Amino acid sequence: MALISRGFRGRRDTTKTDRLPPGQYETRDFPVLSAGPTPRNPIAQWALTLRGINGQSATWNWQEFTALPRLQLKTDIHCVTKWSKFDTNWEGVSIDALLEEAARRGVEPASYVMAICDGGYTTNVPLADLTGGKAMVAFIYDGKPLDPEHGGPARLLVPHLYFWKSAKWVRELRFMASDRAGFWESVGYHIYGDPWREQRYTGDP
Amino acid sequence: MTASSGLTTPRIAWRVATVRAVRQETTRTRTLFLDVLGWPGHLAGQHVDVRLTAADGYQTQRSYSIASPPEEKLIALTVEELEDGEVSSYLCSELRQGDELELRGPIGGYFVWRVPDGGPLLLVAGGSGIVPLMAMLRHRAAALAERTARQAVPARLLYSSRSFDDVIYRDELERMASNDDSLRIVHTITRDAPSDWTGARRRIDRAMLEEIGWPPSDEPRIFVCGPTPMVEAAASALVETGHAADRIRTERFGPTGS
Repeated sequence: MALISRGFRGRRDTTKTDRLPPGQYETRDFPVLSAGPTPRNPIAQWALTLRGINGQSATWNWQEFTALPRLQLKTDIHCVTKWSKFDTNWEGVSIDALLEEAARRGVEPASYVMAICDGGYTTNVPLADLTGGKAMVAFIYDGKPLDPEHGGPARLLVPHLYFWKSAKWVRELRFMASDRAGFWESVGYHIYGDPWREQRYTGDP
Repeated sequence: MTASSGLTTPRIAWRVATVRAVRQETTRTRTLFLDVLGWPGHLAGQHVDVRLTAADGYQTQRSYSIASPPEEKLIALTVEELEDGEVSSYLCSELRQGDELELRGPIGGYFVWRVPDGGPLLLVAGGSGIVPLMAMLRHRAAALAERTARQAVPARLLYSSRSFDDVIYRDELERMASNDDSLRIVHTITRDAPSDWTGARRRIDRAMLEEIGWPPSDEPRIFVCGPTPMVEAAASALVETGHAADRIRTERFGPTGS
């Protein structure tokens, strides 16, 4: 079906192809994709909020947040711009832990979440994709504090979806009763973004 | 656009593109002029995904910015040959006139500029980051034939290159600027400037942006495209000098600097 490119052989590494979603290639670098300038705010002003659909919210400052139980994940990440990076090491607070603590404070969850970030970036993720140890708010990468370029002080990490869902500089997780498009999702990118189904752009099945 | 409209939008289809011409721009960059069957049109700043398929069915994809303006029929992609670049080396060394390849697009609805968006326009490029910005300059020139119309949308380009010979579209930029008194182009050469080079010889910094850009009170629309460290530095300097972060649109490529 596809057109054969005359003279193209490719430089595939067949030992890793089962780890590469369709259309992706492996990189050893850690590229940076952001729509605007990198926000740089003092950690003293940082706080993370979970906001329920009942209007209740739970907020942690940096000290409180980093004192919550930690989760470590070694995982592959896949950027919609085609690169994948294997075996990245992250540490942070699982969304499960945040939800548990927020529930104690009366925050009522819902089926969808909008991540809201410094700089105005947003992205939508179903709650089911954030729970069960699948996702965290990460603040340590490779044993070191997360660089601002890569989303520090803290970013959402949802590694089984395209990496734009792993929102940099996350400050709020807001529950929504129905799914709504975030930033990239409203300018042509897929509403869900599963790399294994190659859901890159709006209209991809 | 909402989630529900997303479900009804047709898929961006893979299309066959025929190489009508190839132009070497610099030693490491080359422009492919493509005739794309059923091309739906694009905006300046958008990109395409290119897919190559080997005889045994192996496929790989990469994204490339479109260099041509919406006004032109052929889609121009300017590709930089990367060391060890699986796709760029094929596009820059193997592909020739008459060959076909597959692409889909246009992609990206944020790093785009249309003449009605207005100006003033500040474009900041590093290396092959010039490509989507060139589409904007070409669009501006093509859509605004009258001098007075161009004066209503003044544009400035600050363009950083490693050497004078690495300046992509050098002659065309010079022609563009000499025919247009509301377009100012400033080059900086970061490594190997010719001995008679009278322009800037350093990386883009705050002082350069303040000298060449508009003051924040003019509310320029700003597009920055280039390697990650260059875009980080330029975008941060623009914020520090008072430009609103939401007026600065960026596109980065490559890893963080050391």
